[in-house]
Amino acid sequence: MIGKKILEQLNIFKQCRKYGLPLWQCPQFLFLVMGIIIISSSLLTYAIGSHYIEDPLLVALLVIIISIILLIIASTITHSFETLAETNRMKSEFVSIVSHQLRSPLSNLKWVIELLMSGKVCPVAEKQIEYFRILRENSKRMDELVSDLLTVSRIEQGRLPLQKEKASLKELVEKIIKETEILAKASNIEIEFIHEDRIPEIIFDPSQVKLAIANLVENAVRYAKSKGIVKIILKRDKDKLCLEVKDSGVGIPEKDQKYIFQKFFRSENAKKYQAEGSGLGLYIAKSIIEKSGGKMGFSSKENKGSTFWLTLPIK
Amino acid sequence: MVNITDKINFMKTILFIEDESTLQKTLGEVLTKEDYQVISALDGEIGLRTAKEKKPDLILLDLILPKMNGFEVLKKIKEDGEIKDIPIIVLTNLESMEDIQKALELGAATYLVKANYGLEELLEKIKNTINE
Repeated sequence: MIGKKILEQLNIFKQCRKYGLPLWQCPQFLFLVMGIIIISSSLLTYAIGSHYIEDPLLVALLVIIISIILLIIASTITHSFETLAETNRMKSEFVSIVSHQLRSPLSNLKWVIELLMSGKVCPVAEKQIEYFRILRENSKRMDELVSDLLTVSRIEQGRLPLQKEKASLKELVEKIIKETEILAKASNIEIEFIHEDRIPEIIFDPSQVKLAIANLVENAVRYAKSKGIVKIILKRDKDKLCLEVKDSGVGIPEKDQKYIFQKFFRSENAKKYQAEGSGLGLYIAKSIIEKSGGKMGFSSKENKGSTFWLTLPIK
Repeated sequence: MVNITDKINFMKTILFIEDESTLQKTLGEVLTKEDYQVISALDGEIGLRTAKEKKPDLILLDLILPKMNGFEVLKKIKEDGEIKDIPIIVLTNLESMEDIQKALELGAATYLVKANYGLEELLEKIKNTINE
């Protein structure tokens, strides 16, 4: 039993997967690195010590003292790292459990509203329909927030599944534009799609990447000033595809720019123009694109507009 | 004139295994309105027993269930020669690929994530599966 536990502790890769951390941030790996540093510094101390001090006993004592000090420092540091990683893992797990528990009552709420609105239970008056719509909208918003929270906890636990297949990014963008059209029309915004003629198909997860791109397009429409144009440009750059989403909207203030991809962050401007929003969309979008082997970034000027770009590898 | 008993005999039976009673009520009512006979089971054990006794035309199965989880129910039904051919729709909020794959491998006809479906779409899926 204890032997199995020790063996599990020694399996560094498994431990790192448990925390969903890259190797260089993983407590067990750090401990291993520190161990190597301690051994080499002990040897170094011995080499230098024996050169300057004649009494071998004194040299040995010195090596032991230095090794002990380093070992204490190392284990303290890794222990606090481990506590931190464990807390983070528990937080993600908590979010995941709570979100799952919230989903069932939310689905039920959605269906009941739908049932009432259909008039199958009892006849519904015009005024009631109006309030049912408000209920439906709000339950939809809660549902979206719960989905976002689940995606975030999956990203943090390193469990975001990607179902890669060969597909056309151009067609995906066209689909997203079509789905955003109602929102755009309602806000008097025109979406323009500019692309090269020969865009090759690439291997990626269409449903996840769709989430990421749809988020950029929706943001561009939401934060564009009325009667604006949102430009989407798709081109090939050597071994990757580049997509840009340009708006002439409210822009992101310079002081907020470095936080824009952080979880739950919403810039002052965003809050002013759109009260709703969880601040999770861009974090999720960037994580998806990076997991797909691409990059995401932006440039923005307050009151002039923003350009968000992303790349995805062709192979 | 159609006799009531004739109608009941003609009606298709759906066994709905779901531990949340409010969901049982909503969906149960909708299905009844669509002329299905709905039998409820609030946990996995009762679900499996009822499936054996009543041999419904379709089973709607949640995965997170008390006493016996949905995967086990699914497995046991598919192992039982008498009821193994009843189509089973998994209706759950678990949406990881492993869960979906596991349920389909065990023999579920369809896998639906509750959060992704409206009532109308759900009814459509149920109708399609029961008529296949």
